[in-house]
Amino acid sequence: MELRSRLAVFCAKAADRLIRRLGLGSGGTFPGYAARLADPGIVGRLAGMVREKVIVVVGTNGKTTTTGILCHVLETAGKKVVTNRMGANMQNGIATAFVLAADKRACLDADYACIEVDEFASLEALLWLKPHCVVVTNIFRDQLDRFGEVDAVLERLKEAVGQAPDAALVLNGDDAISYSLAYSCPNPVFSYGVGEGSLREGALEGVRESPFCRLCGEPLTYTFFHYGHLGGWKCPKCGAGRPRPDYSAENAVSEKEGFTFEMKSPGMEAFGTKIRKNRGRSMEGAGMPGGACRIRGVKFAYNIYNILAAYAALDAMNASEGFADAMEGYDYGNHRESMFNVAGGRVQLHLAKNPTGFQQKLSFMQEDPRPKDVVIQINDTELDGQDISWLWDVDFRALREVNALKIVVGGTRRYDMGLRLKYEGIDCDFTSDLQKTVVRLAERGTGNLYMIVNYSGLYSMNRILQKLNKGGQSHEAYYRTFISESAQLVR
Amino acid sequence: MKLTIGHLYPNLLNLYGDGGNVKCLQRRLQWRGIEGEVALLSGGSRIDFQNVDVLLLGGGSDREQEIACRYLREAGGELRCFVESGGVLLAVCGGYQLLGNYYRTEKTVIEGLGILDIYTEWKPQRLVGDVILDSPAFRSPVVGFENHGGRTYIGGHEPLGRVRHGHGNTDQGEWEGVLYKNVVATYLHGPLLPKNPEVCDYLLERALKRKYGDAARLEALPDELEHAANEYMVERYR
Repeated sequence: MELRSRLAVFCAKAADRLIRRLGLGSGGTFPGYAARLADPGIVGRLAGMVREKVIVVVGTNGKTTTTGILCHVLETAGKKVVTNRMGANMQNGIATAFVLAADKRACLDADYACIEVDEFASLEALLWLKPHCVVVTNIFRDQLDRFGEVDAVLERLKEAVGQAPDAALVLNGDDAISYSLAYSCPNPVFSYGVGEGSLREGALEGVRESPFCRLCGEPLTYTFFHYGHLGGWKCPKCGAGRPRPDYSAENAVSEKEGFTFEMKSPGMEAFGTKIRKNRGRSMEGAGMPGGACRIRGVKFAYNIYNILAAYAALDAMNASEGFADAMEGYDYGNHRESMFNVAGGRVQLHLAKNPTGFQQKLSFMQEDPRPKDVVIQINDTELDGQDISWLWDVDFRALREVNALKIVVGGTRRYDMGLRLKYEGIDCDFTSDLQKTVVRLAERGTGNLYMIVNYSGLYSMNRILQKLNKGGQSHEAYYRTFISESAQLVR
Repeated sequence: MKLTIGHLYPNLLNLYGDGGNVKCLQRRLQWRGIEGEVALLSGGSRIDFQNVDVLLLGGGSDREQEIACRYLREAGGELRCFVESGGVLLAVCGGYQLLGNYYRTEKTVIEGLGILDIYTEWKPQRLVGDVILDSPAFRSPVVGFENHGGRTYIGGHEPLGRVRHGHGNTDQGEWEGVLYKNVVATYLHGPLLPKNPEVCDYLLERALKRKYGDAARLEALPDELEHAANEYMVERYR
């Protein structure tokens, strides 16, 4: 390999070792930064050495989980996979994943690359990676002062996908916004969606994005909604609409250990047969007509979309064999939700960074009927997005129905959050010392505490809970990476 | 007593939580025992301005704003009559720009409704961040969040307030918004009204007086939380 590339890999690995030795956690995104200084073309060169397929995941919500499922299934099948597992999805994070996986001759030994990419890095990343498959999970509003409007995101993705005109484009057919890429990109398209009536009404409530046709501007009509603007959409004027999905989920029901749903697809015949042989705990073939199979134990209803997206991508790449077996007992947690034990009580830490995410956490709390205490922390640092107006796009009526005995609000913008709750007739207490609040609630509360925080709170609360936790393991290194990556994002 | 709050094109112009303004107007009426009905005024159907007491016009993305503008031009004459006859209107961000003569964007010129004698020009650097205003119309500073590429030149119009922190109408950081008859036009999101209850009551009181005569009054509400949220932002930039 070129001297420059070898130098790049050498620099990156040296930087990574140094950072670890200094006890600064894992190297974060700096090794990638160093490597790109030495050789700006390093990622493209290494990605070109991937033996089978390069799969890229973009979208607003579900990138990390979908990428995690892709890697897990492929690794279970014995493949070597390069991935940016830490959710470091900007240029330097992606570069870090590749250079640290390379050997010192700057050669890469990998069958697959599964890379999640931030919208803002997508143009450059797709140019480097030349992916065989691009998965778009959905497009929702995110922290608005960073992303601008959804149209701008869509435009950016369209341009990025233009860098990979032959890649299979895996699109969420229920999402009128991101599915419009099917009309504007020449790529072969594979669609997935959740069937009408498949989710209990209100299992996923949410925020409606602007339901207007992306092609002609006409208001869309809907026959059903799943959550947010995801559902059965159609444009009465130009005829664009939800496709009949190539991969679909049907009849989802909420059970004790999570959601169960039936997955159907053109390739499901073989898939179903295979699954029937496996009488696994979390999943088994139900012998349904049409070769459908049933997937069980899915934590959070929205993971149904992530599973479908991952399956569609792998099937499009002829690599879906063993999917069902691999998903058995899969841990959907991607470190953004953590469980702690404080003073004998259970504390769950959840990240909610946009209206849809917050709505999902409210639905999730509703699924636990036990009495609980709820702590919400809203900060407005640069990491969080300084504009917190999105709190008004969350339907907080659901919070009245989660059986919360006590609701305490903290963070820099606690009064804004409290004011938002006042408008739904929900009382809360305020705290400027979250550690004290957590300890007090853990000792004297219900023993079932939910904490919902935004970005910067995730880091500080995780550290506090880590300290209070008995026998938990440290995710500190992960969060260090996460924060350094996020700092880049907002720069 | 009863007021009807008309939310213009809620599907198109609903950026940055501005729906919270509608909630605020409605609740602050209800908390005083006054009925507040919300009418969602969608594009394509005729709007009966006679039966609306407070109108809200929010902002959207450029594309959505253009669609809204198409609808608005059809109702433009009636909206002008509504404003000139003392109708109460809160226009935020894109809605503010639409009330002017034109908005020159990066690519095109969007013709406005010409209700205010102002114009807006796009510049590449977006003006984003917290805003604190001092306004002679209100005791407390007005706080909010701005996020706009357009610079609005208000000519001889009275501004909503003087900028204490942030940008405001232009990059110069002098003035923000416009007060005209019973119109409050501003770039401030947040949403604007919950943290600025005085502005909300200013709009409500004017609407009540227009409908029920000068005797109509709004009683004071316990606004401790509102003031705490407002003061937190004011203190931050003191």
